[in-house]
Amino acid sequence: MNFKNLKLNLSNKNKDLIPQILTILFLILVVIYFTINAQNNMGNRGISFGFGFLSQESSFDITFSLIDYDGSHSYARAFLVGLLNTILVSAIGIFFATILGVTIGIARLSQNYLVAKSAEWYVEIFRNIPLILQIFFWYFAALRALPLTVDSINFYDISFLNVKGWYVPKFVWVNFSVFIYSLIFALILIYFLAKYAQNQRDKYGKQIPTLYISISLIFGLPLLTFLFGGVSLSFEIPELTQLSKTVYVYRGGVSIIPELISLALALSMYTATFIAENVRAGILGVSKGQKEAAASIGLTKGQILKLVVMPQALRIIIPPTTNQYLNLTKNSSLAAAIAYPDIVLVFAGTALMQTGRAIEIISITMLTYLSLSLSISVFMNWYNKKMAIKEK
Amino acid sequence: MIKSIKTWILVGFASLLLVACGQSGGGAGSKKSKTLDNTKKAGFVKCGVSQGLPGFSNADEAGNWTGIDVDVCRAVAAAVLGDADKVKYTPLSAKERFTALTSGEIDVLARNTTWTLSRDADIGLTFVGVNFYDGQGFMVRKASGINSVNDFKNGISACTNTGTTTELNMRDFFNSKNISYEPIAFEKADEVVQAYDAGRCDTYTTDKSGLAAQRTKLSNPDEHKVLPETISKEPLGPVVRQGDSVWEDIVRWSLNTMIEAEEYGVNSSNASSLKDSDNPAIKRLVGAEGELGAAFGLDNDWSLRIIEQVGNYGESYKKHIADTGILPNRGPNELWTKGGILYVPPAR
Repeated sequence: MNFKNLKLNLSNKNKDLIPQILTILFLILVVIYFTINAQNNMGNRGISFGFGFLSQESSFDITFSLIDYDGSHSYARAFLVGLLNTILVSAIGIFFATILGVTIGIARLSQNYLVAKSAEWYVEIFRNIPLILQIFFWYFAALRALPLTVDSINFYDISFLNVKGWYVPKFVWVNFSVFIYSLIFALILIYFLAKYAQNQRDKYGKQIPTLYISISLIFGLPLLTFLFGGVSLSFEIPELTQLSKTVYVYRGGVSIIPELISLALALSMYTATFIAENVRAGILGVSKGQKEAAASIGLTKGQILKLVVMPQALRIIIPPTTNQYLNLTKNSSLAAAIAYPDIVLVFAGTALMQTGRAIEIISITMLTYLSLSLSISVFMNWYNKKMAIKEK
Repeated sequence: MIKSIKTWILVGFASLLLVACGQSGGGAGSKKSKTLDNTKKAGFVKCGVSQGLPGFSNADEAGNWTGIDVDVCRAVAAAVLGDADKVKYTPLSAKERFTALTSGEIDVLARNTTWTLSRDADIGLTFVGVNFYDGQGFMVRKASGINSVNDFKNGISACTNTGTTTELNMRDFFNSKNISYEPIAFEKADEVVQAYDAGRCDTYTTDKSGLAAQRTKLSNPDEHKVLPETISKEPLGPVVRQGDSVWEDIVRWSLNTMIEAEEYGVNSSNASSLKDSDNPAIKRLVGAEGELGAAFGLDNDWSLRIIEQVGNYGESYKKHIADTGILPNRGPNELWTKGGILYVPPAR
């Protein structure tokens, strides 16, 4: 009776549970074994373990940093510089890879033979060459092709491109915060406008030109701050300075180093090929009947794409594109080869070398990449859920 | 989700530690040398070298390693195994070198490595001597009009290797001169050369021997010159793991033997004929007097084999550094008796 029930329970629930518990126990034991072993080995060799070094002075400089940094700052700060540089190049890469990928993906489906074929060739060439070679190609090709500082390519006397980088004017703001607040305020207004518009459409079938109102809000409000908010903007233009007979440098302005340009270029051109294929698959995955049905109820071409095709295509596109974003972020670690100061070069490279703390530094770096990738995953999963079919 | 994150972290740590464990090398504090036993058992000396630095450690097309760093490993092999060719070379980047040594992948690190306090004291290493006295310098284009480090001005860009003392010295130097500079650090020397050649940076800084060697790889070596100033002390020497003092002594005295042999005029061609020399110091060097090898558990001909098979320091320098045109002048790397600073404790 009861006994029989218990047996039944065991065979159903606990049967699944026991192997899982055993596996986890085994894993824990393995970790403990390796930890103890590593501690013993390190102890034998006179190596200490600890994270105290993070607060020591790093005493090396970094070419390019988004935050204030020089060698008198700590290793922890150097880590942050590397991390921000990794995030920067990944963000730029993801942005351009998406734009390029979507464009190429749509181009592959074009009726125009030349456009479709060029897009196909692009995809086949760039996804089949190892990324590290593409990075080297863009970097050294760019270095060889660009002129020396003194004969820079001049864009309207405000921006200059040469072998040492791309020099652009620096924005010098007065009352920058007022400008930012107005921008945030505009965004909040747009959010409520979109809600209201949807409500009107659902209830009364009324169409409100959301797009035009949004555009005028996002430009209009910040513009008003210039007139009434005391905000002003001026530009610091890079200036050519002579250091010696043939050595010149641009001072002032912002310099975008060639390492960043070529790395972002290589990463986005490579990843765009995969995104393009995802987009193509997504659009092809929406059945023709859907478009025809939408057309039959009188939707315009733009409306069909926005309201019928894209929502369905996105469901197919998002999950594999998440993978590509993750790949791009992890591939950015190839930066070390061309001296872009990302986390691998700065922290797992120079800092590791100077402190000799391989285990500590590599584990921090691994955990950092893990959390970066997981954050992208979490965000994309949230977006995917939002886009998924909502069954009513 | 949380569970899978945890599992991944665990797996990550496990694999990391797996790497860390490696194989066990020299035992701590034992009178017998575990490294020596293992080397004899394996039949070769495990030697870590650079990924290619002419004059120090460089492989030819056939994969034969040559250079003065390589000769240190060859000397150890000759002393311990009786054959200078019984060496297994592992090319290492600047970043990998110390981990490779402490984890037991290699037993001698002869890779133009600068002896510093923090390296010696902090990370489980012991430096056994100096086989090349170097110093950091700068290379610039001849046309640049820069003739001395005093001509450097704010905004100059400098290329170098990452993971070396060079990066730190460069900062010390520019800070002391109050010059702002753009540091561009590459992982491999070949990329530094290419970037400098393309004009990405105005100056290339590393050890002067390295500058001389890398200059030959530029597209027009004659358009470049090394500035006269030396901004740092870079005593380069072989390194062993901490904790195996017998092995440490073997490597130290293998190097010392080469230098002492030059001092007494003993070289690869005359060594065996000097067994009946009148000078006891020479007789000790060629194993005809005393029982010096016994202190490390080696036979008495260990030093004779080093001199015969590898040669003395002067021969090694001439063959790899002088005759290859890297640094024809020995400078500080001359014997103390001839105005240099090469001075080793007596072998007795």
